Amino acid sequence: MKYLDEYRDAAIVRSLAARLRRTATRRWVLMEVCGGQTHTIVKQGLDELVGDAVEMIHGPGCPVCVTPLEQIDKALMLAERPDVIFTSFGDMLRVPGSDCDLQQVRARGGTVRVVYSPLDALQLAIRTPEKHVVFFAVGFETTAPANAMAVWRARELGVRNFSVLVSHVTVPPAMTALLSAPDNRVQGFLAAGHVCTVMGWSEYEPIAAQYRVPIVVTGFETVDIMEGMLMAVQQLEEGRFEVENQYVRSVTRDGTVPARHLVAQVFELVDRKWRGIGAIPRSGLGLRPEFADFDAELRFGLGDIVVDEPAECHAGDVLRGKLKPFECPAFGTLCTPSRPLGAPMVSSEGACAAYFNYRRLERRSEQPDVVAVATEQSL
Amino acid sequence: MTTIAFAAGATCPVPLVATERVQLGHGSGGQMSAALIRDRFLPLLDNPVLRQLGDAGVVPVHGGEIAMSTDTFVVSPLEFPGGNIGSLAVHGTLNDLAMMGARPLFLSTGFILEEGLPFEVLDRAIAAMANAALENGVTIVAGDTKVVERGRADGLYVNTTGVGILDPQFRPRPDAVKPGDVLLISGPIAQHGMAIMSAREGLEFESQIESDSASLVPLVELLRHRVGGAVRALRDPTRGGVASALNELAVASGIGVLLEESAVIVPASVAAACEMLGLDPLYVANEGVLVAFVAPDAADEALAALRSHPLGSQATIAGRAVVENSGLVVYCTRLGSRRVVDMLPGDQLPRIC
Repeated sequence: MKYLDEYRDAAIVRSLAARLRRTATRRWVLMEVCGGQTHTIVKQGLDELVGDAVEMIHGPGCPVCVTPLEQIDKALMLAERPDVIFTSFGDMLRVPGSDCDLQQVRARGGTVRVVYSPLDALQLAIRTPEKHVVFFAVGFETTAPANAMAVWRARELGVRNFSVLVSHVTVPPAMTALLSAPDNRVQGFLAAGHVCTVMGWSEYEPIAAQYRVPIVVTGFETVDIMEGMLMAVQQLEEGRFEVENQYVRSVTRDGTVPARHLVAQVFELVDRKWRGIGAIPRSGLGLRPEFADFDAELRFGLGDIVVDEPAECHAGDVLRGKLKPFECPAFGTLCTPSRPLGAPMVSSEGACAAYFNYRRLERRSEQPDVVAVATEQSL
Repeated sequence: MTTIAFAAGATCPVPLVATERVQLGHGSGGQMSAALIRDRFLPLLDNPVLRQLGDAGVVPVHGGEIAMSTDTFVVSPLEFPGGNIGSLAVHGTLNDLAMMGARPLFLSTGFILEEGLPFEVLDRAIAAMANAALENGVTIVAGDTKVVERGRADGLYVNTTGVGILDPQFRPRPDAVKPGDVLLISGPIAQHGMAIMSAREGLEFESQIESDSASLVPLVELLRHRVGGAVRALRDPTRGGVASALNELAVASGIGVLLEESAVIVPASVAAACEMLGLDPLYVANEGVLVAFVAPDAADEALAALRSHPLGSQATIAGRAVVENSGLVVYCTRLGSRRVVDMLPGDQLPRIC
């Protein structure tokens, strides 16, 4: 496939890995921010190709995984209402709420539709004036422009039966929170290429300088990630702490300016709870007061619901890079993709799902009992 | 503060698959489908033939054996690039019979019609059905129609049931694969599923994706004539795709499967559609592809047999059965790494970004 195959070339990946191994004089600890990158790394075994040169810690950049339980529960309550058509990206359908998930609400009679774009949800609202259409606006800065556009268009067209349940989060506050933790081990970051396609990288420059960490804006294919790792290690070896751009085919320093302006006009920074991590000040996006008519939480009076997360789920430690997924006591036993305790086991970008789906060969040789149980449950 | 009734006291997570109602995922061909059959149907309908869980049931009659299979088609849209529900309904059942090594002879069909369905759509479906039957030398010998109120069905549902006769020298079985056997895939994968999805989502690509809907009977006949008993197992990877079909064979035969990424052909337009929707082509449905395990010394001849037919012109040797990792499918990537290709719990869900 043009524009993709070039970035999946096995020979280039292997030669970059060899250069990285030669460059590193010690073992460096890097974190890839985005869940899409996590899946490429684990699925293609990139961490194995670099040997002892780099330890990859998987970051919190899975939008499905960090959506707090109470937002999922609010989504379930809305989806159960007979007057609501609840629309969402497909990823969210199997994420467990306190009691069930969106697929089960649909089986019980709720109307839940998978859409590929929030603008499709808006079109559905225009076509279905007798129902209220809610779109589940989750994600990092990557999905924010399209979600902002849907709200903007709804106001422009005067669509009264459309609203969004917002659970947007932003990357820089999460990086700062991780770096400020006393037990932080992360020495360098691969920043999320698509987030930076929208936002650019200027907001990462103060983080790199203050915490003395290299940050490399990185793409998602195997060549991208291997090159991003090499660039970060080269900086560490040379004692540099800069923001560099590996994903030059997509990202500029200023990002996509019209998209940023639209996001800034529709959303404002708010405090946001992250599933498994807790509240991070000014880490989320919420609708500005002038768009309150399109806020599903206000329209349906859901704003003050607070739900505690199950104690058995160690998703927070996984999302902060404290635990590798298979080090979690519930991994593959209490928690499998068929019976997930937390979102990282369900989402296509979740670290636990990546390890469960792709890495059972190693686990089988190390811990036969665990995998025997896991396989039995999943059949 | 508002309280959520169902959240109170929910200290233990509810098992999400063991729920009390049918979900769409139960129709996905993945683990939920398998559990539905295992837990709900088999305990009450159990018998030695059904227990085999083959693509068709094999029963003795008058000193010989026949295979019988049934399949119901609920495809939306009813007409898609490369076929319609009528041709699909014939090919689907013929293929299920062929995967047991049977030569299809007779079909019956049942139509559930929704009030308001245009006759021209119905006529085209029946014409395609007649044409597909004629091409494959089968006769449709019984039929039934029912009409339901508008809103009670999605235009048209079609069932077909087929009967075929078996050659005692040619009995591929899902549990007969042995370590060392060679895996062949008859052609490019994921075309049917992506054709349907593109039509449903209104996606447009430079080249239109066509369903691969086709009868696999000619390919199976070629295998039967040229390598016969060396064919251990056949499967047409429909719902759940190549990944689910190979997982089922790995479990049934108690072997591990090594699958070579470089030998799995995904057409460029299909790969692009999968990238866009965030889907893995290994789990996308096919309606005109077979996977075969054959004895190692017959592999080259089997490959030549498949390639001698237009439908199998892009057939590949795509892997082999091994002793290790019994019950698992292991993908050997172009990078040289190895990973498990599991069965999915339910439907593949498109990604956020």
